[in-house]
Amino acid sequence: MTPAQLYALVGIGLFFVGLYALGVRRHLLPRILALNIMGSGVFVVLVALARRSSEVDPVPHAMVITGIVVAVSATALALRLMLRVAHATGSAQLTDTGDD
Amino acid sequence: MIINPAFSATLPVALVASSLLPGLIIFALAEESVRLRTALNLLGALSKLLLVALMLWGVYHEAAFETRFELLPGLPLVLRADALSLLFITLSAQLWFLTTIYAVGYLEGSPHRSRFFGFFSLCVTATVGVAMAGNLLTFILFYEMLTLSTYPLVVHRGTAVARRAGEAYLLYTVLGGVLLLLGAVWLYTLTGTLAFRPQGVVGDLDARHHTSLIIIFVLLIGGLGVKAALLPLHGWLPKAMVAPAPVSALLHAVAVVKAGAFGIVRVVYDIFGIQFAATLGVMMPLAWLASATIIYGSVRALFQDDLKRRLAYSTVSQVSYIALGVALVGPLASVGGLVHLVHQGLMKITLFFCAGNLAETLGIHKISEMNGVARRMPWTMTAFTVASLGMIGVPPIAGFISKWYLSLGAMEVGADWVLLVLAGSSALNALYFLPILYRAWFLEPAGDWPQERHYPRAETSLALLIPPVITATLALAAGLLASVPASPQEWAKLVVLREFLDP
Amino acid sequence: MSIVSPLVQPVLLIALPLVGSIMAFLLSSRRATVGVAVVAGNLGLVGGLIGRLCATGPWQHSVGGWGAPLGIDLYLDGLSATMLAMTALVSLGISAYSAAYFSATAARHFWPLWLLLLAAMNALFLSRDLFNLYVTLELVGIAAVALTAMRGQRDALVAAMRYLLTTLLGSMSYLLGVALLYHSVGSVDMVLIGETPVPPPVAAAAFALMAVGLLLKTALFPFHFWLPGAHSSASAPVSAALSALVVKVGFYILLRLWIEVFPALADEIAGLLGFLGGVAVLWGSLQAILQQRAKMLVAYSTVAQLGYFFLALPLVAAGGSRVWGAIVLLVLAHALAKAAMFMAAGNLLAFAGHDRIRDLDRVVQRMPLTAAALGLAGVSIMGLPPSGGFSGKWLLLQASLEQGNWPIALVLLLGGVLAAVYVFKLLEHIFTSGTPTGEPRAVARTMEWAPLMLAIGAIALGFLTTTVLDLLAVGEPFVPGRRDDY
Repeated sequence: MTPAQLYALVGIGLFFVGLYALGVRRHLLPRILALNIMGSGVFVVLVALARRSSEVDPVPHAMVITGIVVAVSATALALRLMLRVAHATGSAQLTDTGDD
Repeated sequence: MIINPAFSATLPVALVASSLLPGLIIFALAEESVRLRTALNLLGALSKLLLVALMLWGVYHEAAFETRFELLPGLPLVLRADALSLLFITLSAQLWFLTTIYAVGYLEGSPHRSRFFGFFSLCVTATVGVAMAGNLLTFILFYEMLTLSTYPLVVHRGTAVARRAGEAYLLYTVLGGVLLLLGAVWLYTLTGTLAFRPQGVVGDLDARHHTSLIIIFVLLIGGLGVKAALLPLHGWLPKAMVAPAPVSALLHAVAVVKAGAFGIVRVVYDIFGIQFAATLGVMMPLAWLASATIIYGSVRALFQDDLKRRLAYSTVSQVSYIALGVALVGPLASVGGLVHLVHQGLMKITLFFCAGNLAETLGIHKISEMNGVARRMPWTMTAFTVASLGMIGVPPIAGFISKWYLSLGAMEVGADWVLLVLAGSSALNALYFLPILYRAWFLEPAGDWPQERHYPRAETSLALLIPPVITATLALAAGLLASVPASPQEWAKLVVLREFLDP
Repeated sequence: MSIVSPLVQPVLLIALPLVGSIMAFLLSSRRATVGVAVVAGNLGLVGGLIGRLCATGPWQHSVGGWGAPLGIDLYLDGLSATMLAMTALVSLGISAYSAAYFSATAARHFWPLWLLLLAAMNALFLSRDLFNLYVTLELVGIAAVALTAMRGQRDALVAAMRYLLTTLLGSMSYLLGVALLYHSVGSVDMVLIGETPVPPPVAAAAFALMAVGLLLKTALFPFHFWLPGAHSSASAPVSAALSALVVKVGFYILLRLWIEVFPALADEIAGLLGFLGGVAVLWGSLQAILQQRAKMLVAYSTVAQLGYFFLALPLVAAGGSRVWGAIVLLVLAHALAKAAMFMAAGNLLAFAGHDRIRDLDRVVQRMPLTAAALGLAGVSIMGLPPSGGFSGKWLLLQASLEQGNWPIALVLLLGGVLAAVYVFKLLEHIFTSGTPTGEPRAVARTMEWAPLMLAIGAIALGFLTTTVLDLLAVGEPFVPGRRDDY
């Protein structure tokens, strides 16, 4: 297996690890981290699979950079919202229905 | 006769607009602007009468009035005035005018009149649209609009009882709408058209579709039968009596039940074609169902002490005469059924107007309270008497004409059992109307009236008195002058002539 | 033609709201004026674009002159134009409403976020490649979450958090699918991917990932769990925006993928999606009937109405453009009607201080415009004529009967009946007396007219059905392949 394929598998693994954590953990902070990890997993896949021919394709790299920017904004929002939720409900866990 | 095409296209639209526009304006009026609102109402009603008169003259001279608008790809909205539409429209226009006057008097001082008259006008708009529908899609559009505009009238009083009556009303009419829609779409997929054409549009389909066509027929009649109060879909009608008297008068004489019955006529004549429907074998079951409804309604009426409920069950019974006339495949029976559309309207509205007068003036709601009321309200009870005798079938009042033609029609097709039904119905009618007349005219009042109001000029407010007197007179005239060219009977003959005997 | 070079217009649809958003953020007053002006300008731009579209056909525009794959291409055909028009019209109604609804402090947060949302939605409908769709999808999600949380109450915050987690999960899933596709094909252009053979396992995996992500965002049963809470606890205009517009963008992308990228795979799961759609219709309607609060009723109604879009998917294989057209018609009608309903429900809440249905005391005479809006919107939701809802329902019924698909026809009809039950549950209490619980407060005129105008729009759509279907057909969006002539 080439290093690129290995990295790609790692990326997919990260994705599913994050997915698992998102579903299983109750506290909001690990769930936000889980989403970040899922995002990182996708970025790793993109970069790892960027070599499609002898040349490395720059487009996935550009996509990853854009993705990181988006992920940062989303994480910032998520963290701030988590703090508000914790402040309002007294706990950083989402009550009642809603999962995955 | 050729008419300027622009004119022939705008007249149907104008007819719809003549009640739609006043209705929309009335919604915006403040509760206190009584004069303006009454003026708008009457203006709309009068202009509608005028337009109908124009159309009558035109259609009598074989002119065509039609307007089209593409609503769905390949399916237009069609408003067309033919002889059958005009039978219904004329009735609606005249009765709307009279009911408006009546309602103004009845609701004087009541809350929410702007809302009432707004929906009232929408209701008439929908009725006119149903009458002028040139295809099944247009029919459904206005038919459902009728449901939506009559609901607020049923719940007008705002009480819990009214709300429950509204719920029952909706349950029945929404389900009926579903049946109608399913039947129509299915029909469209089979035939590619929903146009109303004399002799129908399904005659050319080959035999493998016949089962589908029978089911479609059942669906359509089921959907229409809800409003037409065919057994067992009639349950909403007695419950809807909780509405104010003008609503009961309008719903039961003009708008809702007639729309259903009219729809049945259209489906049988202009979608299936009377001959084809007969070959499908659906006409006899319809005749049985109509007959069963006729008898059932009359029997239930016998046991009602509440006057309006007795009249409601009487309506259930009487409207099925129209379906019966249609189901007996013959021109004489058709004339009987069609003419009863008008006659029953005139007689029943008189009865409801009178019931409303009794309730408003004396607080009477039950028949047992009606002892000796004729002395106190002679004009009202005279009108009531004329209408009741007409319902029983006593000549020369209009009801006799309808029964006469239906009987002849039954004999013409060899369905002699129908004569038994008609005779039985007349007997039952007598059984539940004559006691009322006896009480009113020949018994002494038991005591004070439940809730009396005195009026200066006559036994009750003029706005409440004049309409039933007029409609009773019309019912009498429709019978006496039945052979006059402008009478409902002659017009019905014209319809039958044009629609079934022309090749 | 306009004095601005025709090439600039699609970009303006994104730039104008974006600039407006920044201005609204920086200004200390007159935010509402800026907001409404921008949205009105947006509507004008969309009108101009549609005019040009009908005259010259679909076209493509490369932003800044940089074409794909390094630059971003904006593409306009009948479908994008229709969605843009829907967004523009509903946004105008919501903006007019919001101008009167929000206090000055709330407006400080609302207008920048709302204009940002508009910019993002416009960008999404103009995008043509998968990655740009991802970016705009995320933008829409983030803006929507922020708007949901804006109210600051506990239920809004919790619902917003759940919404955020769900929407981010959806985006991640979608992006992974894009990554797999890119590796296989070397492009994110939808048409190109559709024309290139992709190894079946990769295609299946990518499709599954992207579909799941989009279904989460479109709240198809069983992924709908986040919606009722979010849509009912947000402020009224935000609820309107969420139900009418935000929830549709995921479906739009799914539609594009279905036609251009994965036609064969999509047909295989059409049956499953149709089934889930049917469940959504029935279950959502039943839940709506059981609700005690008006906003929850309307939110569950959204779950049900979204189900219709998926219910019709098994019909597209044989029905083609006609069925897609009917679905888009339903999307449009729902947008107009649902926005009207939420705004009207907001009026009820503002008037009575609560939205408990049972205790609504004869609101119809004191807020007749609101009652009319609810009634007319309800007509479209129930699928009664004349309305956009009826036209869509008729066309779908026709298609299902033509194809002999009786289950779909029956669910369509049953859904209409159930909708009538919950619509009238709301309406009947407006006509009849309940228990007045306090002094009613007056509601601003704009807040009553805005939902009424949108509701009238939903009815008018019934008369404009053929016009809309003709517009949709420009560029043949329902047939795969490239059609621009620029």
